[in-house]
Amino acid sequence: MPLQLLGPGGLGPDLLLAAVFLPLAAALVCFLLPRLAATLGLISALLTAAATLALMLGVLAGGGMEVQLGGWQAPLGIRWRSDGLSAALMAMTAVVGAMVSLYAAAYFRHTAYERTYFWPIWLVLWAALNALFLSADLFNLYVTLELLGFAAVSLTALGGGAAALTGAIRYLLVSVLGSLAYLLGVALVYHGCGTVDIALVAACVPDAPRPALKVAVAAMIAGLLLKTALFPFHVWLPPAHGSAPAPVSAVLSALVVKASFYLVLRLWLDVLGGGDGDGSGRWLAELLGVLGAAAVIWGSVLALRQARLKLLIAYSTVAQIGYLFMAFPLAVAGGAAAWTGALYLALAHGLAKAAMFLSAGSLLRFGGHDRIAELDSAVHRLPLTLTAFALAGVSIMGLPPSGGFIGKWLLLEAAFQQGRFVLAAVILLGGVLAAAYVFKVVGHAFTPAERERRLRSVPPGMEWSALLLALAAIVLGLTLPLISPLLQVGTDAAVAPPVSAAVALTAGGAV
Amino acid sequence: MTQPVFWGLVGMALVVMGLYALIVHAHLLRKVLALNIMSSGVFLVFIGLARRAPGEGTPPAADPVPQAMVLTGIVVAVAATGLALALIVRLRALTGRTTLGDEGGH
Repeated sequence: MPLQLLGPGGLGPDLLLAAVFLPLAAALVCFLLPRLAATLGLISALLTAAATLALMLGVLAGGGMEVQLGGWQAPLGIRWRSDGLSAALMAMTAVVGAMVSLYAAAYFRHTAYERTYFWPIWLVLWAALNALFLSADLFNLYVTLELLGFAAVSLTALGGGAAALTGAIRYLLVSVLGSLAYLLGVALVYHGCGTVDIALVAACVPDAPRPALKVAVAAMIAGLLLKTALFPFHVWLPPAHGSAPAPVSAVLSALVVKASFYLVLRLWLDVLGGGDGDGSGRWLAELLGVLGAAAVIWGSVLALRQARLKLLIAYSTVAQIGYLFMAFPLAVAGGAAAWTGALYLALAHGLAKAAMFLSAGSLLRFGGHDRIAELDSAVHRLPLTLTAFALAGVSIMGLPPSGGFIGKWLLLEAAFQQGRFVLAAVILLGGVLAAAYVFKVVGHAFTPAERERRLRSVPPGMEWSALLLALAAIVLGLTLPLISPLLQVGTDAAVAPPVSAAVALTAGGAV
Repeated sequence: MTQPVFWGLVGMALVVMGLYALIVHAHLLRKVLALNIMSSGVFLVFIGLARRAPGEGTPPAADPVPQAMVLTGIVVAVAATGLALALIVRLRALTGRTTLGDEGGH
């Protein structure tokens, strides 16, 4: 079977290394040869995407795989591991990354300064993302988290204006603060367990000293929530995401925020085994659920009130992040399908939000502004871009057959099964509010123009990449039979905890 | 009070002081300094509390692994400081401001 060639016994480990080292090496070359940056950057981005997608097929066919960097074994060496959860997120990153690269090649064509610096920083960011998804070591995760943060901050500042710089500095302060809180947790885990390898820490967690472990978990999760911009830690996100150039906003909103969410999920499932066993895990999950629900309402309401398109999309990200955390109380109470729902929402949001920011960038380029009330008649000039925006909106609202629909459906099902009607109501209300802000934009775009303005043409590469991403978000909803088994690969407790674990958790919660 | 607990508490005190300063000061340079103090505190906790074999009654020996990690952490902190300072200098050159400007002071 040809797919087995991509698995653990064949090319798999090489693909795993390529997913990190290819963009990293390409970033260095792009930095050294600024004249060739755009060409080299685009080629290496497409190669990276191909390697990552091949890795996903390998994981799907042959199961999870591992690499010990430099041949050093776990307690001292660094372990990289690819299972279903990381392969799915890396594949989403690859699709978004390839499309954003195509878009950026057209977007930065006439701006030499930004073209020179976008490619090296973006490729470093991609390498950091892949390394983060692959790391199976709490300290190495810290390093990748910081690399990711610095690359993201530098991209935010790319525009160079006062607004971009202010957004970038605020982002940097928040990002470093979050990483330090995470590192404090790692220090306390090392104190309790004497190792930072995730598998070894997980084995030691049941015997670790309780108070230190609780402080460690609290510090790590608080730091990551700050970086994920969960309500009430979201205030830094809209200015940073709203002031960056369009491809950068797409990358920040679709991918960077997902990385710290992935880390919360990884800690929760692999290190804590789905809760920390003495009832406080249950409380933490409830707290995350309440914050998530608040984020859905607050983010959607603020999105509705924005006058500028990019800020509207940024606040919509705040709302959509809320959904990801609403899965925690549902999953801990036994609805393991809620994890699949949250992951589906994360993947669908990544594709759809990138499509939205890219279309916003095209509209901005076209009309010279992104004031929603003055988007009139854009639909006649940029039909592809408006289609992309509307299709992405379908996924954000959670209408069938999009990926967002599957995710929300799984969450709703779990909520109804457990009688959590408040959570179910918030999930539905969030969908209605999302429909309101998407139609606010689409409605203005359909109104006839009142007066002629100077309009600039938009290259087809910018329109098509956004449309392809939006289509991917829709098609994602039809791939449940493919992605559902992928998410189970290489997981013992992750995504679908065995019945015994679920029972133990419920019993633990009752104590 | 054992030695690890002492260093752990000193480290936590530094973290709390840094966090306080990060929140109350508007000047960006002070915020960067506050983050540096916080990271020193975290590094102190890391090294101070580290022990190789949990639960054993052996006398504490220096554990080289967290020292190597903290060294990496220091490199990261220096990089963060450099990036922050570069951005702040640029912001000041452009606007004359040395604050984020959302506290009412433009």
